[in-house]
Amino acid sequence: MESKSTLTMRLGLAIIALLGTMAAVSLLYVPYDVNEMNIAGRLQSPGALHWFGTDNFGRDIFSRVMEASKTAFLVGAVAVTIGLVAGFIIGATAGYLGGWTDEVLMRMIDALLAFPGILLALILVTVFEPNLFQTMIAIGVLSVPNFARVIRSGFFQYKEAEFVVAARGLGASHATVILRHVMPHIVSPIIVAASLSFSTAILVEAALSYLGLGVQPPDPSWGRMLSESQSYIGKAPWFALAPGVFIALTVLGFNLLGDGLRDLRDKKT
Amino acid sequence: MKQSWHESIYQNRRWSTILIFTLILTLLAACSGNSNSPTPAPSSSAQGGEPSPSAAPTPEPGSKLDGGDVVVIVPQDPDYLDPHLAVAAGTSEIMFNVFEGLLKPNEKGQLYPAIAESYEVAPDGLTYTFKLRSGVQFHNGESVKAADVKYSYERLAGIDTGKPLQASFASVTAVEAPDEATVVIKLKENNAAFLTALTAAVIPKDYADSNTKPIGTGPFKFVDYLPGQRLTLAKNPAYYVNGVPSLDKVEFRIIPDQEAAFLAFKSGEADIFPRIGTEKLEELGDEFQGVSGPQNLVQVLIYNIAKKPFDDVRVRQAVNHAINKDELIEGVALGNGIKLGSHLSPIMAQYFQEGLEDYYAYDVEKAKGLLAEAGYADGFSVKLSVPSNYAFHVATAEVAAQQLSKVGIKVTIEPVEWAVWLERIYKGHDYESTIIGFDGKLNPYDILNKYLSDSPNNLFKYNSPTFDETLRATVTEIDQEKRTALFKDLQTELAKEAAAVYIMDPYLNVALKKNLAGYKQYPLYVQDLSTVYWTN
Repeated sequence: MESKSTLTMRLGLAIIALLGTMAAVSLLYVPYDVNEMNIAGRLQSPGALHWFGTDNFGRDIFSRVMEASKTAFLVGAVAVTIGLVAGFIIGATAGYLGGWTDEVLMRMIDALLAFPGILLALILVTVFEPNLFQTMIAIGVLSVPNFARVIRSGFFQYKEAEFVVAARGLGASHATVILRHVMPHIVSPIIVAASLSFSTAILVEAALSYLGLGVQPPDPSWGRMLSESQSYIGKAPWFALAPGVFIALTVLGFNLLGDGLRDLRDKKT
Repeated sequence: MKQSWHESIYQNRRWSTILIFTLILTLLAACSGNSNSPTPAPSSSAQGGEPSPSAAPTPEPGSKLDGGDVVVIVPQDPDYLDPHLAVAAGTSEIMFNVFEGLLKPNEKGQLYPAIAESYEVAPDGLTYTFKLRSGVQFHNGESVKAADVKYSYERLAGIDTGKPLQASFASVTAVEAPDEATVVIKLKENNAAFLTALTAAVIPKDYADSNTKPIGTGPFKFVDYLPGQRLTLAKNPAYYVNGVPSLDKVEFRIIPDQEAAFLAFKSGEADIFPRIGTEKLEELGDEFQGVSGPQNLVQVLIYNIAKKPFDDVRVRQAVNHAINKDELIEGVALGNGIKLGSHLSPIMAQYFQEGLEDYYAYDVEKAKGLLAEAGYADGFSVKLSVPSNYAFHVATAEVAAQQLSKVGIKVTIEPVEWAVWLERIYKGHDYESTIIGFDGKLNPYDILNKYLSDSPNNLFKYNSPTFDETLRATVTEIDQEKRTALFKDLQTELAKEAAAVYIMDPYLNVALKKNLAGYKQYPLYVQDLSTVYWTN
């Protein structure tokens, strides 16, 4: 049991490390200019020159997938940060104060949760003009309820614990109690939530870009590449396969990591 | 422990949901089609296939078989069955087979007498006299009389109501029927293009059920209509042209989704698939044939002449030199398009001014030189707004942006919703540059009037007194040759002034079963089934 969860986590970490490295490398180097077209050399099958082949405008798919992985990680990181910060403020306030504050805040979170995620993101992106920044904010907002709930339940669990009551009795401020005494105990569920939110964020970004509401042309995004490739699926299957496999791998990586972490935590408690 | 078990189940389910979602997303790439509809622009980002630019029917080895049924795929429901109320192109596409006017357009866009047998236009251009063809019958068996024409065209002109149903009939003051076979139409003002308006449908006098059970004089008669499913037509055995139509029954099947339509066609459920994506033509087997040809659509890259730097003709010319149209046609339309040089497609045969397509040859150095002369040696930045529902225009924008970057023009692509495009750009003229396709009309005046300085549709912000004067002169010019020459001058002026970048007329593809013959492609949004027949 122990070894299985560690294995899961390690596998997840390995996948993320691989993709993360690719995203990091793309900051410095990509084999071809991602937007350089070569109409004569379009829809080439994978080969030594173009590892993943070329797309309908003769752009190198490997370079574009690399560049898109950077976007995906950026969206994931920003969205998780937004979700975490807002979720912490809401969750901690609700959990720490309890009573009607908790009722009001959590009902708001419930309302947000009840609303279909993609639809909410679609509305947010449509109201403002579609671009990467709006997408990140929309996805961040989507992940708020998840964090708020995890953090709130953590506070509920620990706010009446003896060490917290003792700290308060000794005259510690609210901030000290929250940050020094409660937080350390709920870090691991937050990490699990963050890992899973990360994968959701990447998926939602792909979905929005697929629908034309995320990353805008000519810049590459896995979702956009999928939507561009669909007309050529019979003729150039590698065009759709490359972004599809990368989306699946990233999501798998973060989910394995999250699951492994959670299992480890469950063992300890 | 119990809780964590629960949680783990919950998480696992979430997990599989996410994975399934990824799969679905990947599959969507395979399954979902681009559903771009409103105007007849090519619907997909990709083109490919048979570059046979002939609109003529492909010769068939087999001999002609009379009769039979045909299923044609159409993407949308008709808006009105009443031909005088219908405005959607998708409606005329179907009802072209049911209704006829005094005149009818052919596949070259020329008018020929239909219900009329002959006509005469008075020298002042204000009186039109038509002799009706004898033996033309409505689908209810009654023969067409001058009173029916009078009723139909007065209804269109709004003689009783004061509100014309069709703008082209606004100048009609009276429709007279001196005898059963003669119709005289009187106009307020001379309008050389009025004949095109007379392709409008003639319906029986005082017939009130046109919107539920339309009756016309065309080669096919209306049978039934099931909204969202199909509209069926049957052969009009009393049609005045011998041997036309050949088919017994035509069903227009309404399938809005391109992908579903393609599957229906491939499985043999349908026989004719108009506007099929070029890349799909290649996927079809030997039992199918494709017909491709220009569709009278002018795809343009427009810049706002009222704004800097496009107020300078040198900048506009530089942009024209920087755009490689051949590469655009190859890259976006997979070679299936014809290069343009001004705002008229070669399919408008007699009015088309030849030789303008290479007026601005692709020349990066020349473009740079012109930019430097205009004071933009380092280039400039511009926002290119494209309607996001047209994958074809978005793809064009991507390639054009790439080409313009080579002369130092930095293009930011801004995809906008179709509704926003219409409101902000088409009506509001609030944009820097955009790419769009203008669909064709039979009358070149209706195509070029967007450039009139006082036209509300002048999104180019083109302002030229010579142009206004010349275009207005075409309205009253009765001499066809002189009128044609004026239209040619106008095209040359637009090219010289670089009023826009005229890119291409992308081919329209129609896929048919191999043993169908006689299909004709029109420079109009219609499917003419009167000449289609089965072979063995």
